[in-house]
Amino acid sequence: MINRIVQTMADAMAGIGDGSTVLVGGFGAVGQPSALIDGLIEHGAKDLTIVSNNPGVGRVGLARLLELGRVRKIVCSFPRSSDPVVFEQLYREGKIELEIVPQGTMAERMRAAGAGIPAFFTATSVGTKLAMGKEIREFDGRTYVMEKALPGDVALVEAWQADRWGNLTYRASGRNFNPVMAMASKLTIVQSQHIVELGELDPEKIVTPGMFVDRVLHVPYGDPKPS
Amino acid sequence: MSVNVTTAWKPLSRAQMAVRVAADIPDAWYVNLGIGIPTLVADHVPAEREVIFHSENGVVGMGPAPEPGRVDPWLINAGKQHITLRTGGSYVHHADSFAMIRGGHLDLCVLGAFQVAENGDIANWATSDNDTAPAVGGAMDLCVGVKRLWVVMEHTTKAGESRLVRKCSYPLTALGVVKRVYTNLAVLDVTSAGFEVAEMVPGLTLQDLQNVTDAPLKLAS
Repeated sequence: MINRIVQTMADAMAGIGDGSTVLVGGFGAVGQPSALIDGLIEHGAKDLTIVSNNPGVGRVGLARLLELGRVRKIVCSFPRSSDPVVFEQLYREGKIELEIVPQGTMAERMRAAGAGIPAFFTATSVGTKLAMGKEIREFDGRTYVMEKALPGDVALVEAWQADRWGNLTYRASGRNFNPVMAMASKLTIVQSQHIVELGELDPEKIVTPGMFVDRVLHVPYGDPKPS
Repeated sequence: MSVNVTTAWKPLSRAQMAVRVAADIPDAWYVNLGIGIPTLVADHVPAEREVIFHSENGVVGMGPAPEPGRVDPWLINAGKQHITLRTGGSYVHHADSFAMIRGGHLDLCVLGAFQVAENGDIANWATSDNDTAPAVGGAMDLCVGVKRLWVVMEHTTKAGESRLVRKCSYPLTALGVVKRVYTNLAVLDVTSAGFEVAEMVPGLTLQDLQNVTDAPLKLAS
């Protein structure tokens, strides 16, 4: 019998090693797995590479993980969230490495990782400083830059509903990066607002099939805070 | 701006610029709007004109801001403001949202910019090469992926420097992609021969406009 539901945060975090690349879902606060981020802080893994659209707000969650010195590198598209105090200070002091990636390239690099595609070509960033040092090729008269897949060791995902197989639904714009991160990682850990019986989810509405999910923790977190 | 304030013409306000852009967006287009003045454009497209607004965070069919007390905390736009979903709208994940952008499925994107060059180059994401932490977001994807890119921006900086330039001095977002520029003084098309002035605010002459513009201008024939 398949049962991906775990009962404790410690079980959810078990085995996350130092040096891991961790993909963190969410766009701002919406769809962000806040409880799992706190769990990762508690778990203590360090020397992490974090892949997240934004680097955290204020001094909680991702920003707290950064402030504790657990993050070696952050990969993101938009390091200027509403209040990125911790990130900016670490960046100015040279204590964190930053890789800026255009948002669509970031999503596609993870989708590619999940789909077994090691690299792809895109017109995004051609002729800009974000294409420097990357392979350039022409196809049918247009110039493209090569981008490599971005796989995770771990993905932290927030879902709306989950069953014991790990089938997931999302809520409104809380979907964002979560499905591609789930498919791009060796170990996908989900916090879900609701746990339902197998068979309760309409197969037409399951966005992430349980194949992409390893662990599900029930976290009735409530509404995202405005960011 | 070296402009005599007693002249007969008046620059457009931000809202008037948004109105002007909105007038050119036809029924049934799929449109992505950047943050700043572009976001205001949506308010000036009448609801009976079915323009479908796409938000990069996975919302197709974005509606106006919710009324007070009717906020859905799960529904935000790319600027992280609360929005609504219009009837017929849908949600997609980030890779699909950017497949819409990068795959050429959007009819139009309207962005703000620091500079646009006469060959259509755009600089809109960082103001210098040693910017502390530049934030690109989806700008580079939008610029190269959509069917047409329009820019709406003030004609000059607050210090009076032209934003329409021969060559961008700020870090580029994309090469040769801008088709049209709406400023508070004029509407200009980017052609193989440079900027062509399609429209000016009433009372402004081509010479007045050229006086505050770095790139050479000519009137559309």
